[in-house]
Amino acid sequence: MAEDATVRMRGATLRFGDRQLWAGLNLDVARGEFLAVLGPNGSGKTSLVKVLLGLQSLSSGMVEVCGQTPRRGSTHIGYVPQQKAFERDVALRGRDLVRLGLDGHRWGTGLPSRNRRQQVERAIAAVGATGYADAPLGRLSGGEQQRLRIAQALLGDPSVLLCDEPLLSLDLSHQQATSALIDARRREAETSVVFVTHEINPILGMVDRVLYLAGSKWAIGSPDEIMTSETLSALYETEVDVLRVRGRIVVIGAPDSAHGDADGSHHHHPVGDDHDHDSAGPRSWV
Amino acid sequence: MGLGVYLQLPAVQHALIAATLVAIISGLIGPFVVTRRAAFAVHGVSELSFTGAVAGLVWADNAVLGALLGSLVVATGIGLLGVREGERDAAIGVTLAFGLGVGVFLLSRYHASARAAQNILFGQIFGVSNAQLVLLLMVAGVVLFAILVLYRPLLFASVDPEVAAARGVPVKLAGLVFLFVLAVTVTEAAQIVGTLLVLSLAITPAAAAHRLSSRPAVVAGLSVMFALLAGDGGLLVSLTRLNTTNVPASAFITAISFAMYLLARLVGPGLVRRRRHVQG
Repeated sequence: MAEDATVRMRGATLRFGDRQLWAGLNLDVARGEFLAVLGPNGSGKTSLVKVLLGLQSLSSGMVEVCGQTPRRGSTHIGYVPQQKAFERDVALRGRDLVRLGLDGHRWGTGLPSRNRRQQVERAIAAVGATGYADAPLGRLSGGEQQRLRIAQALLGDPSVLLCDEPLLSLDLSHQQATSALIDARRREAETSVVFVTHEINPILGMVDRVLYLAGSKWAIGSPDEIMTSETLSALYETEVDVLRVRGRIVVIGAPDSAHGDADGSHHHHPVGDDHDHDSAGPRSWV
Repeated sequence: MGLGVYLQLPAVQHALIAATLVAIISGLIGPFVVTRRAAFAVHGVSELSFTGAVAGLVWADNAVLGALLGSLVVATGIGLLGVREGERDAAIGVTLAFGLGVGVFLLSRYHASARAAQNILFGQIFGVSNAQLVLLLMVAGVVLFAILVLYRPLLFASVDPEVAAARGVPVKLAGLVFLFVLAVTVTEAAQIVGTLLVLSLAITPAAAAHRLSSRPAVVAGLSVMFALLAGDGGLLVSLTRLNTTNVPASAFITAISFAMYLLARLVGPGLVRRRRHVQG
């Protein structure tokens, strides 16, 4: 698996001053693997995204994306940022947003190009956004905007699709549609998916492995291995109960304000089919 | 005198050329000002170019040079103080307040002409000298070049900074360079419509254009067109009224600019909604 890995981390440690986010992180993400990164607010999920994008360096340890140290503007990674609605009056159509993913970093205005137009057209069609690609971006729904962001991220045919809370503030049907789109892509093109989320619920059926970050500790393994009372209690250093109620996973007692649930619990979909990546068993540093 | 006679005069020709150049560069940066919510930065830089202009008058008898240098200093100040978006408005406010105080102080030391100060504030379009015109031409060339080179990364950084940074766009640097371009443009516009009325060329045409289209290239084109209509149109109207009134051209420029904005607000929503319907 290691030779085939798109993302490799060895002894990766990140700290800001006195605050240690995570330490000694070892990670291999295989081609076509769907890795969910979970954890409470402040556990360093977004910092992990920045490290992979080359916007943040490690305090110590090693990180590689497709065999290279991450750098800004790498075409190995397609990035879908936190779902944040565009301004209503932004002077951009859906297709303009997608196109920026292709040549927005280049100097100049860019000459009209048939090749580029077709590339953008294909990317838009691949996410099923052709119907509203010419509409003002600010007037589209959150789900429609997110589809265009995925088209933008996939335009350069990246080896890794890095999604930072892409489902935030989407309604349930758009959450399902967006995650199904990402899942389909990694199956067709063997794109690795690193999916940062505070809520595993909408994607549990697709996830191969979970990386759980909590208070400078981490654990990695299949959802069945990680989403247990034992593992989460060890991570949080307090008694956490993981229950399966009517096919759902409910976590009770995790000290996590980020969930916003009144009872501090969250719900998960039933676990889907198993994937062979999971056979290695849980490895953790707790 | 009729309009045809006025157009023979070098002073009027100079004014027309100056208004055209200023309208083009103001109209071009306008959409970025609107998208980046930098209207207050425009206001801050333009008011502070007053301080620079007075300083230029006091020390070198050259208001334009003073205003240009002053605006660059101010842009640097705003850029350094307001790195985070949340701090920017406060940083501009702080710089603006102090800078205007300095301007008032300098003005009290300058006794040559009260008229000069009024020209700085409200614009004196008919006093454009050959040397000023050459300087304006050079500045317009530099601004045009900078905007064309920066166009895509600046657009990317303005609408979608996170993804732009991930794709390798130097977001902060682009913002700082834009601030310089903005400062120079605003200073030049200030000579035509005056520091107090700069917003009518640097923001209003772009704001109107935003109401009518969501295609970046169309918005840029409309913005330049509206700025030209307001700048040159206002100038020509003021010429036809010279016999009866003594109203400065800037009054007409702002009026035309505002009228176009109102019109765009009226027809804009219908246009955009229909397009959404047709495409969706």
